[in-house]
Amino acid sequence: MLEIRNLYASVEEKEILKGIDLKVNAGEVHAIMGPNGSGKSTLANVLAGRPEYHVTKGEAIYEGKDLLAMAPEIRAREGVFLAFQYPVELPGVNNTTFLRTAMNEARKYKGQPEISAGQFLSMLKKKMQLVEMNDTLLSRSVNEGFSGGEKKRNEILQMAVLEPKLAILDETDSGLDIDALRIVANGVDKLRSKDNAIILVTHYQRLLNYIVPDFVHVLYNGRIVKSGGKDLALELEEKGYDWVKEKDETVSAV
Amino acid sequence: MSNSDLTVEKLANAEYKYGFVSDVETEKIPKGLNEDVIRLISQKKNEPEWMLEWRLKAYRHWLTMKEPHWSNVKYGPIDYQDIIYYAAPKKKPKLNSIEEADPDLVKAFAKLGIPLEEQKRLAGVAVDAVFDSVSVATTFKEKLSELGIIFCSMSEALQNHSDLVKKYLGTVVPYTDNFFASLNSAVFSDGSFAYVPKGVRCPMELSTYFRINASETGQFERTLIVAEEGSYVSYLEGCTAPIRDTNQLHAAVVELVALDNAEIKYSTVQNWYPGDKDGKGGIYNFVTKRGACRGVNSKISWTQVETGSAITWKYPSCILQGDNSVGEFYSVAMTNNMQQADTGTKMIHIGKNTRSTIISKGISAGRSNNSYRGSVRITKKAENARNYSQCDSLLIGDKCGAHTFPYLEMNNPTAQVEHEATTSKIGADQIFYLNQRGISTEDAVRLIVNGYCKEVFKQLPMEFAVEATRLLSMSLEGSVG
Repeated sequence: MLEIRNLYASVEEKEILKGIDLKVNAGEVHAIMGPNGSGKSTLANVLAGRPEYHVTKGEAIYEGKDLLAMAPEIRAREGVFLAFQYPVELPGVNNTTFLRTAMNEARKYKGQPEISAGQFLSMLKKKMQLVEMNDTLLSRSVNEGFSGGEKKRNEILQMAVLEPKLAILDETDSGLDIDALRIVANGVDKLRSKDNAIILVTHYQRLLNYIVPDFVHVLYNGRIVKSGGKDLALELEEKGYDWVKEKDETVSAV
Repeated sequence: MSNSDLTVEKLANAEYKYGFVSDVETEKIPKGLNEDVIRLISQKKNEPEWMLEWRLKAYRHWLTMKEPHWSNVKYGPIDYQDIIYYAAPKKKPKLNSIEEADPDLVKAFAKLGIPLEEQKRLAGVAVDAVFDSVSVATTFKEKLSELGIIFCSMSEALQNHSDLVKKYLGTVVPYTDNFFASLNSAVFSDGSFAYVPKGVRCPMELSTYFRINASETGQFERTLIVAEEGSYVSYLEGCTAPIRDTNQLHAAVVELVALDNAEIKYSTVQNWYPGDKDGKGGIYNFVTKRGACRGVNSKISWTQVETGSAITWKYPSCILQGDNSVGEFYSVAMTNNMQQADTGTKMIHIGKNTRSTIISKGISAGRSNNSYRGSVRITKKAENARNYSQCDSLLIGDKCGAHTFPYLEMNNPTAQVEHEATTSKIGADQIFYLNQRGISTEDAVRLIVNGYCKEVFKQLPMEFAVEATRLLSMSLEGSVG
């Protein structure tokens, strides 16, 4: 589904990603872990096409197409979804209208008819149960005055509605209390299927108790320094990131 | 260059949709202004003697006045002798039967989306259509008259309801009020008149559609709305003009009178030709609008969506005379390219327990300048007056300007006044967020701007809220930066 080859990217002239290689197949969940500043969020944003991030080298092939050549909205319509680490507030923009607009943009792109307001609402009600979200949040402006947990749930609701092929979750667990973490993580887990893939960007192993990954990658200093199965996350939890840092330095020294 | 900048490039050449000229035979009087011209206008309209006298007094007073220049707008000198003060379609339509009206005129209005033919009329909206200097059609007149509501052109009101007009005309905006109001008082050619009798709730929206068609003419219409005790009326005006590379002056006066327990809701969707992207041409929209809440518990509510005109200079105001009276002002003023707007309101609290609310949303894009100017005056006798003002400015791009000039005069210690102001830009992170959900930058800006204006749009009658949203989108084209 996604193949990243030797990807380099910089923000404000500063090189953050220094040669990423990653292959993600349909049905897989990949966790990207690593210490602060290692480039995890940069990777998520580069894949989604945030304009401040510049790709300087390498490529990303998504479903046989050049992902990096597409405008952000085209990537989204092609099924790439980013759950934001810090979801923005859109004052005055109704949450339901926003969701329906987003859904219809993707449908139009695929040559499908727009969904009617009635059909959309009944579908939305079902999806909301997934993240145990309160009805009142639908009539409010997008994320305006939402608590941290409500914002993250709203992200997962959007994911549930848009049914992306490739979902990238950027620290969706950050800032959540234990209950909210459980709800959000279970919501994501229920969205797993053999046809879609999920990239989880996270600091902590705790999220992976709910969403058990097929692969774990450790990102350090702009490169993937270690990959493994779900046990790698546990090992990291135990030994800390210093363990991989030392390893990386050994690699660099050689 | 970010993708939002590219959208600007793509949209920069969007055209003004109402810029066509209709081929309607027009009768114009020669350019220039003097007492004879005023006599001629009055005579053409077969006006009562008092009206002519009033016009002449206004003209003589105007001669002693100087054009004001205190607003935050810039424009070259206006030659008042180089303007045609009266232009009218030649074929006189019979006012009671649209079917006999000049088909070219009916076509012209149909093209603007204002159907005058019986079968196509907007349900629930009575329309008075003003073409250049005269009213050409008023719809639903009979239905309204069954309730005792008078809704007709000002010319017709001067023929059939002269006493009523005489009783109220100039009582809210006297002919000495200001330079442009005095000029209007001297030369106004038509406009709308609405009178709602005691206890009647007007069952439909009253609406006037103003169209400037002829070149080199000024448009000076005068609107007067009187709501008797316990009555209610909602009124809407819309305006467009053809594309011309010279500036045209539009100096209108609107007077509202609300008596005891009466309510007037006045909405404007202004879309005069704004000039091209380099600032050539466009309408100078210099308008005086004022409402008097004369009676106890009366209410006047102004809602305006201003997207057109090269220059907009207007302050729809409320004089809160009656005890417990309420004044409201909801405004969206959008400027793009080289447009300039200096607009706001005046709330004058005189009665006890009077309340006013001001919600102003300015949007500046391109190289435009947008100023909010508002005054809240609490007079000595106004016990327990309350005002809440909120003035927000939204900047799109980095070449435009937003300015806020709030004035506050408090002469009574019991008054409670609150003022909030914000200035914001559309954030790149907001646009990216919407992009990431499959929404194009252009649509993202529309969503954000419409969200920003929501508080004002929800005040508009439903049909017109849709129109306002559409107009704003049109006006936004080429503004994303």
